[in-house]
Amino acid sequence: MASYTGSKSTGREGSSQELHVLAVDDSLVDRKVITSLLRKSKYRVTAVDSGKRALELLDTEPNVNMIITDYSMPEMTGYELLKKVKESSELCQIPVVIMSSENVPTRINRCLEEGAEDFLLKPVQLSDVSRLCNRVLR
Amino acid sequence: MDYVHLRRQAASLRKGLFDQGYLDEQFYQLEDLQDDASPNFVEEVVTLFFRDSARLMANIDQALDKCVKDFNKLDVYMQQLKGSCTSIGASRMKTDCSAFRECCRDENIEGCMRSFQKIKREHSVLRQKLESYFQLLRQAGPVECATRPNK
Repeated sequence: MASYTGSKSTGREGSSQELHVLAVDDSLVDRKVITSLLRKSKYRVTAVDSGKRALELLDTEPNVNMIITDYSMPEMTGYELLKKVKESSELCQIPVVIMSSENVPTRINRCLEEGAEDFLLKPVQLSDVSRLCNRVLR
Repeated sequence: MDYVHLRRQAASLRKGLFDQGYLDEQFYQLEDLQDDASPNFVEEVVTLFFRDSARLMANIDQALDKCVKDFNKLDVYMQQLKGSCTSIGASRMKTDCSAFRECCRDENIEGCMRSFQKIKREHSVLRQKLESYFQLLRQAGPVECATRPNK
């Protein structure tokens, strides 16, 4: 499964069982699948259905180690969520990964230029998650 | 009850779903995620899919019924449906969703209608087959992992 890697790679120390990933996707099916993929990789997962809810959670939950978000969502796209995270002094250090079912090079480049750690094409595989989390969260 | 026979029937039904192109490799990924902690994961995801896809298809039906066709909206709905199909490995439906989206791009309403009728048929057949499959699995009881069909 193709992914596109940004130049930055931030990580946080700690055992994989302590790491908390926030998954954002408006699709019920995809939320269930990505949650399972992350839990299988031994991460604690919170899944929300919108960028708005993601920001609300980030306001109250201090310990999010990575955000993995769908690109195409109503009201607030994954790109817009990425921008808001990177513009925030409190949140900008959190690695953000974008997922999309569409391979659109301009979209991918735009997200990477905005600071996304990686861009995964759906359907996301277990190997994508393992590789990603090892790199981003080491 | 002949559990061996039920398991063979389930395996045969599953193989048929792959051989006839209803499902693709993504379904294997779902099966790989099923474990003791989530023993019904695949059925849960599939159930969610059919619930969600029915909702999306109802939205598309409503949008197609309107006098003024909003191709952008139709495309957005279909993109969502296609995404869900991709996530569970519903291969035929995924292909039909792509065809619908092409018709949206061409603003070809008749093409959209035809594609959508096909999607509905495929959805119904897939639902029926998967429901039968999971029913057989439930009747057969806990099983060892099924082997993947030869390609």
